[in-house]
Amino acid sequence: MTAVVEIEHLSKAYQRGGQVVPVLQDITLTLQTGDFVALMGPSGSGKSTLLNLIAGIDAPDSGLLRVAGVDITGLRESELAQWRAEHVGFIFQFYNLMPVLTAYENVELPLTLTHLSRRQRCEHARLALDLVNLSDRADHYPSQLSGGQQQRVAIARALVTDPTIIVADEPTGDLDRVSAREILDLLESLNDSLRRTIIMVTHDQAAAECAHIVRHLEKGVLTDKIEYPRERAQA
Amino acid sequence: MGIPYSYIVRNLWVRKITTLLTAGGMALVVFVFAAVLMLSEGLKKTLVATGSPENVVIIRRSAETEVQSSVYRDQASLVASIPEIANGPGGARMVSREVLVLMVLPKRGTGSPSNVTIRGLSEMGPALRPQVRLVEGRMFRPGTSEIIAGTKIAEGFQGAGLGETIKLGIQEWKVVGLFDAGKTGFASEIWGDADQMMQAFRRDSYSSVIFRLSDPGSFARVKERLEDDRRLTVEAEREPQFYARQSELMANFLNVLGTILSTIFSIGAIIGAMITMYAAVANRTAEIGTLRALGFRRHDILTAFLAESLLLSLLGGALGLVMASFMQAFTVSTMNWQTFAELAFSFTMNAGVVVQGLLFALIMGLAGGFLPAVRAARLDIVDALRAS
Repeated sequence: MTAVVEIEHLSKAYQRGGQVVPVLQDITLTLQTGDFVALMGPSGSGKSTLLNLIAGIDAPDSGLLRVAGVDITGLRESELAQWRAEHVGFIFQFYNLMPVLTAYENVELPLTLTHLSRRQRCEHARLALDLVNLSDRADHYPSQLSGGQQQRVAIARALVTDPTIIVADEPTGDLDRVSAREILDLLESLNDSLRRTIIMVTHDQAAAECAHIVRHLEKGVLTDKIEYPRERAQA
Repeated sequence: MGIPYSYIVRNLWVRKITTLLTAGGMALVVFVFAAVLMLSEGLKKTLVATGSPENVVIIRRSAETEVQSSVYRDQASLVASIPEIANGPGGARMVSREVLVLMVLPKRGTGSPSNVTIRGLSEMGPALRPQVRLVEGRMFRPGTSEIIAGTKIAEGFQGAGLGETIKLGIQEWKVVGLFDAGKTGFASEIWGDADQMMQAFRRDSYSSVIFRLSDPGSFARVKERLEDDRRLTVEAEREPQFYARQSELMANFLNVLGTILSTIFSIGAIIGAMITMYAAVANRTAEIGTLRALGFRRHDILTAFLAESLLLSLLGGALGLVMASFMQAFTVSTMNWQTFAELAFSFTMNAGVVVQGLLFALIMGLAGGFLPAVRAARLDIVDALRAS
């Protein structure tokens, strides 16, 4: 196994009304390819900030942050955008689909940033929709889909570029129990069968149990680490 | 490749009412802008159509218009004797010594006074203007106090109808014919015999000499010889250029007026577009954050919102031009300040007006959309995502 995310002595603070509020303090963390990691902790513990830093949409104040071998703190903004397009798949709590685009178009959207031809984009997008079992809803707009279906479209969008890591911020936070279970099963199977590296922030204990590694944050500091045995061998 | 066009177009489509209202505001401004341009185009077209390219107009040097010009009888004879003048059907030389007088005549109905151009022509005068067609009655006879009037003049002025008599100068004149001159300046004139007119108005000089060249290519040579002749103090110009120059002052004034008015109105439309686009940015903050997270760059966002605003303005521009195109049904009668004569012309739309109207709309779209697009592009990704 190779290290996909390497974090050393990472710190981040916010300025709030002239006061410096530390959000993350001296975080050191290594994630391997194929890991399914859950970041847990009370609100304000810095778990979302850590996820944003790994995903390259926020910048740390100090420390080393290397994803897939690239020190992303040294990238310029436009390089970072390109890097995100290639290496990161995003899943959000509120799905964040473009309401004016169909399910298919939403999935195709990140592919417009690649050099793929129109036909290749079509193939990839259809395949991704197939993976989340929504081929029959390709031409539906987000408003015509249930929450669970919208989140599955979002997962297809996160998968379609074949990213190095998938980051999920409370992916079940807005869903009922049944839909949430579907989403978690989907994420689990992506991790199991496709060996996707998934980093997920969650409050939900059931969600955390899907992960193999659970890391707790408290007041910006990593506290404990729980590892669950992988069951892939039996599957 | 940037953000797909379908995203941009559908976002306008989704908020139809806002889009239509904003585009409507721009359409009104483009309408005003285009209408004034069409007016000045119509004026130009009418005056330019008045001239024939093979005809040459001789007026006194630096007189600019026939009204201000005087060409003495001996000078007129010298001009009329040059060999380059074409021969007409009966072998007669195609030259006309003309006198132009402005008269204030009362309009029908209201009785309000307005200027009318009275033109005295030699026998060949009408033949030099094949675009002028007698529609009723007959041609005036030379040496008599008979006149013919343009149909618009006959309709618009007291005493100018067929069979009526009208006092011009010290003489009574009988209208024996009506002529149609299409969309030319002649449509707004009254014609009679030149020598009779000079007597009636106590004039001892002509206003202009008009002749047809047997070879239109000889114009430069003829112009040079006539203008260099020390016995003459005249200038020669081809008829279309002569009339085009007469429309310049008014056309330019209309253009300036139109541009100033539209610019003032456009401030309102630009603010409207700005509010619409700021609202679009505010409503779609989370979408912008998502697009950025997916890997779209700041300038992709800038381009997308600018494109949306430009598209909005293009819609407004097209709407305004469609509205303005209906103005072509109207004919306007007004005074040409350069010749002080009443002149009838129509709103005229051409490719130039369309291009200028659309450009004007696009400038409004750019001005209104720029700041909101910059705001959208400058949003911080994490803050923008938190807006959901």
